[in-house]
Amino acid sequence: MNDITPFTSRDWDSQPNYIDSGYKSTTLRGPTQPLVKIPTTLTEVTGPVFTPARATDLDADLTRNGRVNGEPLGERIIVTGRVLDEMGRPVRNSLVEVWQANSTGRYVHKVDQHDAPLDPNFYGAGRCATDENGVYRFKTIKPGAYPWGNHFNAWRPNHIHFSLFGAGIASRLVTQMYFPGDPLIPLDPIAQATPGEPLERLISKFSLDVTEEGYALGYVFDIVLRGPNATPMED
Amino acid sequence: MAGNNMLKQTPSQTVGPYFAYGLTPTQYGYSQLDSLVAPATPEEDTPGERITVIGQVLDGAGKPVDDAMIEIWQADAEGRYAHPSDPRGSNSPFQGFGRCGTGPDPMNRFRFDTIKPGAVEDGHAPHIAVLVFMRGMLLHAYTRLYFSDERDANAKDPVLSAVPADRRDTLIAQREETPSGTVYRFDIRMQGDKETVFFDV
Repeated sequence: MNDITPFTSRDWDSQPNYIDSGYKSTTLRGPTQPLVKIPTTLTEVTGPVFTPARATDLDADLTRNGRVNGEPLGERIIVTGRVLDEMGRPVRNSLVEVWQANSTGRYVHKVDQHDAPLDPNFYGAGRCATDENGVYRFKTIKPGAYPWGNHFNAWRPNHIHFSLFGAGIASRLVTQMYFPGDPLIPLDPIAQATPGEPLERLISKFSLDVTEEGYALGYVFDIVLRGPNATPMED
Repeated sequence: MAGNNMLKQTPSQTVGPYFAYGLTPTQYGYSQLDSLVAPATPEEDTPGERITVIGQVLDGAGKPVDDAMIEIWQADAEGRYAHPSDPRGSNSPFQGFGRCGTGPDPMNRFRFDTIKPGAVEDGHAPHIAVLVFMRGMLLHAYTRLYFSDERDANAKDPVLSAVPADRRDTLIAQREETPSGTVYRFDIRMQGDKETVFFDV
């Protein structure tokens, strides 16, 4: 076996705890024993390879991929950004999956019983591959806030769920993107699981450059994954 | 090595309760989006022993979790990963990645129809990487599944050896021969006396 380049370590100053007193469901679900540190093997630095063509243009346009008989309701937005590793290298040709509530704060998911209307023309999930510069781009509808049962009068801020792979299974990340200026962010135990500066990394930035004249507001959300802990080789 | 000019990792957040229509739509019966990843990975002509991996995710009260998502990553029958970092490559169309939610099964089991992986390198035991996501977990958990019929290889495996001896059993899937084939049972216990060992990788 050739030499394996380990990935940068999980940065525990940037990552949440498994048990978080503010987020009640963690109490019975988070592991309680310390994680066991293991040597890096090939298993951790490899991971699934997706052919970019498997995600179509329609998959990345949530304003179109759920249409039945008209346009989805709500505010059209563009969400784009770069996926990089901690060394600043672009994560290329990598799958990005997203899912979100509709503009009323309701998910298509059968379990969601929130008393807000479904939109027959909005499904709320999509995917795309990053390009050679690590850039991804989605068109969608701005998700609404919705209540949840964590505590009295608990509401989730507007957010979009993201799933990313990166260079290997050790760089796997599932996260949530928030919107700037949302008054619910300071009140949300999930967002506050990584308070302070790390939380700022989960909040997208409004961009007039990404905004399209007469069409949709633009938001930028860059994502940083773990990756090989080595000086990049020029190819 | 780590320098001050390194970018900072994006924090992990929970997958939440509503991932299925985006990440596992076909398994959950959503017809508008096709799953990119199926729980069953091998093609008809993929070499290797057909196995089924099945298990529950149990919370701290011993209750099966009905909204977990499990992902697996494994080598082919000859211990090779379908990934450019494996210089040997893979000789089969087997991709080695699977994803399954625990919602649809009446007993909230996950189930993967796959092949038994080979040892990736000498001195390492065959294993499958297992990632656990669910509402109530802000950061997914990473563990490994080892095989009960690989006792000698397991005894030498450097990762299993890093685990306290009295907790290694939590990582051993138990082989059973059933009328429908070979099944490995692998329950994932998030808490309690037999809490599954999770790794910092």
